[in-house]
Amino acid sequence: MDSSEIIVTLTGLALSAFVIWYFFFSTRQTASAVSTSSGVQEVDITVKGGYSPDVIEVERGKPVQLSFYRDEENSCSEELLMPDFSIRRDLPAFKTTLVELLPQQAGTFTFTCGMGMLRGSLVVK
Amino acid sequence: MEPTTKTETLDIEGMTCASCASFVEKSLTRTPGVQRAMVNFATEKATIDYLPTQATPATLKEAVIKAGYGVTERTPDTSAADRQAEIDQQKALAYTKLKRRFWVATVLAIVIMPLSMLMLWPAMMARVNMQWLNYGLLVLTLPVLLYSGREFYTSAWNGFKHRAANMDTLIAVGTGAAFLYSLAATVVPGWFMRQGIMPEVYYDTTATIIALILLGKVLELRAKTQTSAAIKALMGLQAKTARVVRPDGQEVDVPIEQVQLNDLIVVRPGEKVATDGVIEEGHSAVDEAMLTGESLPVEKKTGDPVFGATLNKTGSFRFRVTKVGVDTMLSQIVKLVEDAQGSRAPIQRLADKVSAIFVPTVVVIAILTFVLWFDLAPVEARLPLALVNFVAVLIIACPCALGLATPTAIMVSTGKGAEHGVLIRNAEALEKAHQVNTVLLDKTGTITRGEPAVTDFVPAEGQDAAQLLQVVAAVERQSEHPLAEAVVRYADAQAATAIAATGFQAIEGKGAQASVNGQAVLIGNFRLLDEAGISLSPLVRRQADELLGQAKTVLYIAVGGKAAGVIGVADTVRETSAVAIKRLQSMGLEVVMMTGDNPQTAAQVAGQVGIKRYFAEVLPADKAGKVKELQAEGRIVAMVGDGINDAPALAQADIGLAMGGGTDVAMEAAGITLMRSDLQGVVTAIELSRQTIRTIKQNLFFAFIYNTLGIPIAAGLLYPFFGILLSPMLAAGAMALSSVSVLTNSLRLRSFSPAKN
Ligand SMILES: [Cu+2]
Repeated sequence: MDSSEIIVTLTGLALSAFVIWYFFFSTRQTASAVSTSSGVQEVDITVKGGYSPDVIEVERGKPVQLSFYRDEENSCSEELLMPDFSIRRDLPAFKTTLVELLPQQAGTFTFTCGMGMLRGSLVVK
Repeated sequence: MEPTTKTETLDIEGMTCASCASFVEKSLTRTPGVQRAMVNFATEKATIDYLPTQATPATLKEAVIKAGYGVTERTPDTSAADRQAEIDQQKALAYTKLKRRFWVATVLAIVIMPLSMLMLWPAMMARVNMQWLNYGLLVLTLPVLLYSGREFYTSAWNGFKHRAANMDTLIAVGTGAAFLYSLAATVVPGWFMRQGIMPEVYYDTTATIIALILLGKVLELRAKTQTSAAIKALMGLQAKTARVVRPDGQEVDVPIEQVQLNDLIVVRPGEKVATDGVIEEGHSAVDEAMLTGESLPVEKKTGDPVFGATLNKTGSFRFRVTKVGVDTMLSQIVKLVEDAQGSRAPIQRLADKVSAIFVPTVVVIAILTFVLWFDLAPVEARLPLALVNFVAVLIIACPCALGLATPTAIMVSTGKGAEHGVLIRNAEALEKAHQVNTVLLDKTGTITRGEPAVTDFVPAEGQDAAQLLQVVAAVERQSEHPLAEAVVRYADAQAATAIAATGFQAIEGKGAQASVNGQAVLIGNFRLLDEAGISLSPLVRRQADELLGQAKTVLYIAVGGKAAGVIGVADTVRETSAVAIKRLQSMGLEVVMMTGDNPQTAAQVAGQVGIKRYFAEVLPADKAGKVKELQAEGRIVAMVGDGINDAPALAQADIGLAMGGGTDVAMEAAGITLMRSDLQGVVTAIELSRQTIRTIKQNLFFAFIYNTLGIPIAAGLLYPFFGILLSPMLAAGAMALSSVSVLTNSLRLRSFSPAKN
């Protein structure tokens, strides 16, 4: 092995390790819903290459209003899927789309883009 | 006492950047009485806590306007149709843009390709200055990268920031690597020469990959719009206007949104029924195919319900509006189909798991591919080989096909189902229906019509049949008993002349009596005649016994104190039942019947429609128990029923099918609702489910096989054995094809039509 091979090998392994850590093991942004006076739990979510915040905590049994603002035109994020609540919604670019639901059971429910690549989760407590 | 604050949310207009938001925020904070103001640029909303004693919503609004921005008045929900129109418009625009980007990439790629080939031609190579050619190619490639492919890079970057990786990540890293390598080879070729490597450029690869992937996206978008075509068509059926009769009798056309409950609406032949209601005047034949999938027009008369979006064929009528807007049958159907399209099929679970970890895994595989090629290939070729295979792995491994496999098939088939009057509640129901091996039918209302009908009309010796029927009908017309209604329907069907009866009197639990043409007429059960001291002739007695033997209800007639005949009444089997049951059996399903009737009647009906196994004398409360009994035999049971008392059984079954005109409770408990009232719908539902699951399995197989074979080949696994390497351009072509073929396969479901017998 010459020196450049060693460099490439080590860099490759380091990069792989970084990719695995970055996408699978790093900590994520969690947000709790804000309850309004009328008892609706409101959360603003920005959609741009992902959902931020992407982990949302809400309370069980109270209506939840999620405002998705899609800040890009990329086709990947144009659909929102929340299969546990039977919701499929188009998210127009640069617009806010309201999604309302009533979580009855505690648990973690994922929501994704139309192809299942972008992911977030709704944690019902 | 602590002063209470109020919270107000305003929609801010005209903010173009994050600093605008801070302007608005400052202006609001400086307003007297405001304790806290937060402006979100992304959602264009300001949330303000203020003291109502010092500030009002009006002063808050003023503060926003002073800062140079506007406040949007909150409008009540825009109609679903408007929102859909806006989304459609935006999609059309996106499609146009995408096509433009595709054409720019294609034209440039067509120029770049032959120019890159020049160096394969030694005679040309001697004449052309390599350095200049490379710079020329760089200039041509830049627009492809920065205009056509821009979205891939921004999306990949946005995703990276969110620790999310999508298909664009793969494309961006792949083409980006090829481009950066080429850029280096163009700008500092000397460095490569010193390492003993030819400074080759891959501009053609970069441009062609982008062009091909955009082609895939164009085709994909075009196909995707077709997956929701059925539901759009359904929404488009909504009538635009209605002709309302004003209290003063004047008829005016008003937009459908303005129609209110209890309005009276006129419908002429050939017109659409505007909304749901009940006929008050007139009669007609109405084509309800759009709701029920039943192609024969339905006769409607006063008191019958009519539904919006159905087509009035022959007569003209007036109806009273009972439902408007989202409450109408059409809206309910659209809602149900939309919900189903948003649900997830259990079969998708594996694909979901894979796609969640797919992209980062592929990136790691690509990096390792690079390392291995670099370490193992001959020194002079190691860098280009490592690079080419790295790019090929990234490009071929698009998870699009995997992501599209299930949802597109569900979209098409739920829409298709609605077209045939089969409403599927969710994808899980669709999946369950294909596993069913036993169909349990509740006799009344599914196999039979669920209402009594006259099957035999037997006059006594010496009686004129037509005349007797007139007399009988005259009495029964005044009765409200279901059996009397059946007699009247029969008389009407025989076109019996209507004559008058006087002195009508219902006799509780026995029948009725009246006077027709001066003669006393009695119609009822045996006791009625018996107690009136009227005896039956031997012939009449024999005929009555025969009818009773067939498990029919017998009505006895006496005219002028003498027995005049008997009528056999029974719940009749629908014409379509036997055929549909035969079809189900030929699909490999066992059909079982249950009924509250006595074993005799049950056997008779079962025999008539070809059912071998049945449960008789089942009490309503025991219906769910029978389902459990079958399940205990290891069967997967589909239960078909139509009444409220079927709800527990529908819920207990592996899949419940609620039959047309079924109650809301039954629909609620069922996974599938059949809009038309015959068993053909059960056949359609199960066939559709089978075909959909087959399509999904094909799609998933295709997507998985494509990636499991594609990635190793792209990584160069075949090279040591066969010397085969996958060019990144071929990989791009294959990737574009994969998602398009999955979509095309799903769209094949559009040609589904239930088997005709
Ligand atoms: Cu994709």
